[in-house]
Amino acid sequence: MTRLSGGLIDRNTSFSFTFDGKTYTGHQGDTLASALLANGVRLMGRSFKYHRPRGVVAAGSEEPNAMVELRSGARTEPNTRATVAELYDGLVAKSQNRIGSLAFDALGVNDYFAPFFAAGFYYKTFMWPRAFWEKLYEPMIRRAAGLGSLSMQADPDSYDKGFLHCDVLVVGAGAAGLAAALASARAGAQVILCDEDFRLGGRLMTESHRLDGAPATDWISSLEAEFETFPNLRIMRRTTVFGVYDHGIYGAVERVSDHAAEPGDKVRQTLWRITAKRAILAAGATERHIPFADNDRPGVMLGAAMRAYANRWAVVPTKSAKDPIAIFTNNDDGHRTALDLMSKNVPILGVIDSRENAPRFGEYDLFAGSMVTGTKGRLGLKEIEITKGGTASWHRCAALGVSGGWNPNVHLASHHRGRPVWDDTLLSFVPGADGPAGLIPAGACAGLGSTAKALADGAKAARTALSELGMKAPDIALPDAEDMPVSQADFWHVPGKKRAWVDFQNDVTVKDIVLAHKENMKPVEHLKRWTTLGMATDQGKTSNVSALAVMAELTGKSIPQTGTTIFRPPYTGVSLSVLGGGDTGVNFRPRRLTPTHTWAKSQGAEFVEVGQWMRAQYFPQAGETDWRESVDREAKAVRKDVGLCDVTTLGKVDVQGADVGEFLNRMYSNMMGTVAVGKVRYGLMLREDGFAYDDGTCARLGEDHYVVTTTTANAGLVYRNMEFARQCLWPELDVQLISTTDAWAQIAIAGPKSRLLLERVVDEFDLSNDAFPFMGCAKLTVCKGLRARLFRISFSGELAYEVAVPARYGNALMARLMELGSDLGATPYGTEALGVLRIEKGHAAGAELNGQTTAAMLGLGRMVSVKKDSIGAVMSRREGLASDARRLVGLLPVGSTERLMAGSHLFAQGAAQTTETDQGWVTSACYSPHVGGYIGLGYLENGDTRMNEEIIAANPVEGSEMRLRVVPAHFVDPEGERLRD
Amino acid sequence: MLIPHPLLGLRDAQEFTYLGDANLMNRPDPNAPNAEAMFCDYVFLRDNPAGVHRELWYHEQGDRSWLVVTRNTVTHEILGAELASDVALAHREGSK
Amino acid sequence: MKFSGFKVIKEALTGHKGWKPLWRDPEPQSDYDIVIVGGGGHGLATAFYLAKTFGQARIAVLEKGWLGSGNIGRNTTIIRSNYLLPGNEPFYEFSMKLWENLEQETNFNSMVSQRGIINLIHTDAQRDAYRRRGNAMRFAGADSVLLSREELREKVPFLNYDNARFPIKGGLMQPRAGTARHDGVAWGYARGADMRGVDIIQNCEVTGFKIEAGKVLGVETSRGFIGAKKVGVAVAGSSSRVMSMAGMRLPIESHVLQAFVSEGLKPTIPGVITFGAGHFYISQSDKGGLVFGGDIDGYNSYAQRGNLPVIEDVLEGGMALMPMIGRARLLRGWGGVMDMSMDGSPIIDRTEIEGLYFNGGWCYGGFKATPASGYAFAHLLATDRPHDTAKAYRLDRFAKGYVIDERGAGAQPNLH
Repeated sequence: MTRLSGGLIDRNTSFSFTFDGKTYTGHQGDTLASALLANGVRLMGRSFKYHRPRGVVAAGSEEPNAMVELRSGARTEPNTRATVAELYDGLVAKSQNRIGSLAFDALGVNDYFAPFFAAGFYYKTFMWPRAFWEKLYEPMIRRAAGLGSLSMQADPDSYDKGFLHCDVLVVGAGAAGLAAALASARAGAQVILCDEDFRLGGRLMTESHRLDGAPATDWISSLEAEFETFPNLRIMRRTTVFGVYDHGIYGAVERVSDHAAEPGDKVRQTLWRITAKRAILAAGATERHIPFADNDRPGVMLGAAMRAYANRWAVVPTKSAKDPIAIFTNNDDGHRTALDLMSKNVPILGVIDSRENAPRFGEYDLFAGSMVTGTKGRLGLKEIEITKGGTASWHRCAALGVSGGWNPNVHLASHHRGRPVWDDTLLSFVPGADGPAGLIPAGACAGLGSTAKALADGAKAARTALSELGMKAPDIALPDAEDMPVSQADFWHVPGKKRAWVDFQNDVTVKDIVLAHKENMKPVEHLKRWTTLGMATDQGKTSNVSALAVMAELTGKSIPQTGTTIFRPPYTGVSLSVLGGGDTGVNFRPRRLTPTHTWAKSQGAEFVEVGQWMRAQYFPQAGETDWRESVDREAKAVRKDVGLCDVTTLGKVDVQGADVGEFLNRMYSNMMGTVAVGKVRYGLMLREDGFAYDDGTCARLGEDHYVVTTTTANAGLVYRNMEFARQCLWPELDVQLISTTDAWAQIAIAGPKSRLLLERVVDEFDLSNDAFPFMGCAKLTVCKGLRARLFRISFSGELAYEVAVPARYGNALMARLMELGSDLGATPYGTEALGVLRIEKGHAAGAELNGQTTAAMLGLGRMVSVKKDSIGAVMSRREGLASDARRLVGLLPVGSTERLMAGSHLFAQGAAQTTETDQGWVTSACYSPHVGGYIGLGYLENGDTRMNEEIIAANPVEGSEMRLRVVPAHFVDPEGERLRD
Repeated sequence: MLIPHPLLGLRDAQEFTYLGDANLMNRPDPNAPNAEAMFCDYVFLRDNPAGVHRELWYHEQGDRSWLVVTRNTVTHEILGAELASDVALAHREGSK
Repeated sequence: MKFSGFKVIKEALTGHKGWKPLWRDPEPQSDYDIVIVGGGGHGLATAFYLAKTFGQARIAVLEKGWLGSGNIGRNTTIIRSNYLLPGNEPFYEFSMKLWENLEQETNFNSMVSQRGIINLIHTDAQRDAYRRRGNAMRFAGADSVLLSREELREKVPFLNYDNARFPIKGGLMQPRAGTARHDGVAWGYARGADMRGVDIIQNCEVTGFKIEAGKVLGVETSRGFIGAKKVGVAVAGSSSRVMSMAGMRLPIESHVLQAFVSEGLKPTIPGVITFGAGHFYISQSDKGGLVFGGDIDGYNSYAQRGNLPVIEDVLEGGMALMPMIGRARLLRGWGGVMDMSMDGSPIIDRTEIEGLYFNGGWCYGGFKATPASGYAFAHLLATDRPHDTAKAYRLDRFAKGYVIDERGAGAQPNLH
């Protein structure tokens, strides 16, 4: 029985849990680690490289050894630290990184081959024979790598994101943090207090110090009661502030229901983005150990962790509470462990203090000027070797607390690449002066680690923060607390021949550091990368500084001269789900629905993603079994009767003002200012570097009023560029813009019978060819009074119109048109048929206008006016653009009914097919029911002068090749007569 | 990052689209004799300083105004933001 | 000293006494024939090939920090030759071939691992574009495969096929693509160069150029003046700053790119996978961590750190694509400085100053180019002629209009 008296556990609760298939019990307030220790279980894991049996080393999130797979099935969480896993009834955990059981891990043999696995060994071998790397060596390395496994099933839990704003964010609810939060809240500031633990108090809960002569928990309880009364204070337990970002923004994760068996109707975790005017970093300090021979056995742990288990969790890490425990320390603080354990009647073998003049703090055996130089007990500590001078002796010992000094948790203060500074008195790094703006370190985190100093410093940090915000901080009465000075020795590791572990998780020993030094991997970053020290899941929290000390010794430099590596978020691991799993699956991005979506759905349309839009792709009718049947039918219906298509998604911009003509002249490569009122003109837009990037139309509805269209894909970009030109380039022009893409529903009515259909909806408007010719536009009303706009433009090459009505009427208008056109053969058509029709007419779309092509390549060279300037005009005339001889042509398969594939490359007949002889590619292709076969468009070197030539379309990635004939890019009605009908 | 919009106060940078160096507001004269060379410099070359940078941000998810933001590219500290149209007009006044 | 399995075993049995420094720490000489500014992947590779392949002798690499401390020290380790344009694809395929022989050439295991890359396809238009690219790869001698949805599902069953906002329709795969251990690449080239007499001078920052009558005479450094007949600059993340010391402005903007690694896991992801409907790509390192990233933050930055919205955006893509990664944890994130060029493609060229050569503008794609960039830069420095595969990477291509713009985004660096 290893349970002691006292502790912050609720003995009235009894939780049942399993570890590696065996069932145990624990209490509310236990962590998985404390509950295992209470059940005499010390073996909790296996190390990464050597598969050494390992037990728990720490009591918090800095734990390097006790990594378990928590939960099962789709909720399996690999690499979970047992020291922070809150116990709940029904908890299931498994140890990791073993073959066979934890006690009989087959890969334990690695330990015998340890000399072969020295730091960097894999860079020096596994190179021969070559084929073996992919087939043997690498798979072996990969199987041995990593610790835990994912379940490979989708995460079933829900996650959320939230945004918080405050005046003061207090990170850490230990002595300093509680004092800071109290002062800030009493001052009336908006305060957020976060702690990664499930209780407030930090090390006030794990030490035996008294506040005002009473247990520290009394003071914490009274604070919690007062905190309840502050509406301006938000307390966030189980919340880790993991990163500091720009401008006072902090990232935090709240573990909302990780301490329950299942989340139920709650989210599992929430990602918080906290914007704080000031932040107080009261993150405490982490103890470091002392490397010595075989210092990694289960039962060897940090001294302060041992106190934490004894004081907070009422447990000792031995097999029985009667087994003797020893302490190994280089400072005064380590002795506290002996005192705390003795007060709970745990037998103490003694305190082994490296200092010759070690002071005595109690009635225990003091081994001054001594070191621990060895251990025995593979699956759990049994004996230790104590050496003084030249004399060594072995002693029965069931657990060893190691205290090597304290490292302030400077991490967040260094997230903006500020470096911590070395303090020679404290023998540790403390936050430097160049930390993130607005972040104030306080307490043990700032090197002020006694209880009294931490309390005072927290209150002081709050006063500083509040005064910077123009608020008055009240004086707060702080309880009396210990303020013992701690003296420590500049003693970092025990020299010796056997392996002494520095980084437990990645199995990096002092010998590895010596080897790295020998191989000239001396700069701290080279040391880290060569040995993998500090690169495990604990990021070296208990080991980095000791490693620097060893390297400093070897190089003869000081620790600060040796330097530190960079501190980066996250402070502790953050689940990938909480970072990105909130809106996921089909909710990954919004769906933009067109105005006629409901109607199209009712007609059984198949939809397709076009950016974030859902557009009707085709409308299958009863009896049609293949999409080609539907699409061929739709395309034929447009050219024979009349088709209807929702074209709302194409960008629309409303442009108004006295200088609107001049403005559009400068935006488009061709003349736009000269368009008459009531007319529409096709336009080409260039980038300033001279390449074409979008096309559209400009319809002049009034002297000062144009409506401009763009492609669907570039709607946002064109609008942005227009605003840039208006605000930044030519602010003196009288022009206003607004995007109207979503405001107007726009329906294309195309085909020989389109005028007939349209006559049935327009209110008293002369649609005759003379009154309203091709490329005309007008404001009018439809359906007896609904305001609308009409544009006689055609993407299909047929007689066609586009009618625009306010978006909320689009659905009804489509239904009305279909109804009124039923005797005319009115047919809805989707994006596929739209594509077939425009390819048949050789109209460029995204595949041709892909940002890499010029106006000349598109056959639109004459559209770049030389009479006026426009964006891109000057640079379009550069040598490289002018000399590109590729031209858009039509392509017809010769002697084949196979499908012509867009993305095939074009070559001259008989040419070798290489990058150098490549003459272009097929941009678009489709089956044309009007031509009765496949047709395509493509860019071809000098294509305009090679009409009727036979070339090759090569598609080796799909193993096909085809002969093609070069033709003009108009397959239907080449003279364009039907448009003007 | 938070952008101090001159009209709307602090806004999250996610509401904005970034373009680049504010010199992009100084479009060369297309009628100058060496226009092509001037345009090439304007379009392609950048100071790209490690330090204070004046740059263009577009409030795409907000009021659609273009801003000239002065920001340190090493520390990300933002020193100020103005409406680009104000800056452009002032520039014109200055060069008259 | 040659590395091999035998050496490892021998040393293990004799107490590791025989290992020697991987490279020397020489004092800088007063002058060299060729000085390379920048001890990153490209600079070290250049020095290696200059010494090994081009028979050059008096070479120094000057590195302001510790060697390999730039972008070679933190990247997502992907190697591939799946580019579209004729100015690019032959170069990257040349690089792939050098990768395939790298360990033998440098006698260092850089863990070149060719487990393939798959670019996912979500629309028909994307499939057409990837078909065009897959074909371009074939014509340049590289390997490419267009996978149907069914073939893809067999290879990578854990993607979200059934509940996706943007359904997966297939993928473009390059089987020979994969990853390499980035530090191993830097160290392999460094050791190989050092062994062949190259002086690698660390903690030596170039503070100026000595230029007289349009010719470079050497560099001023934090460790004194070093004369040189030729100076090659390869300083990703510092190109504008360094070249401004020679009075040059570049077509480059420096941006922050974030990359991430998860805690180590048993084998989960077989190769490299890129999402086609969001900014996310992922692979798994030989140490077990999932290595992933997405888009650049989008604003000029030398801060080497980015902001939270991008992290969320990257993981939104990741979770949408493969929801089984959710229970893994993010271990660490980095930010690097990417020199984004005006067309998204690199520059390897002489400058108008005689004896001064520039290699940069690699955007976020420099790692896979390391061998070919080193080889091509060495070729240029040694012969004053561009390597056949790198002839399009001229500095004047922007002004002349011969840009190599894979994305079709134009002269806006943060869109490449």
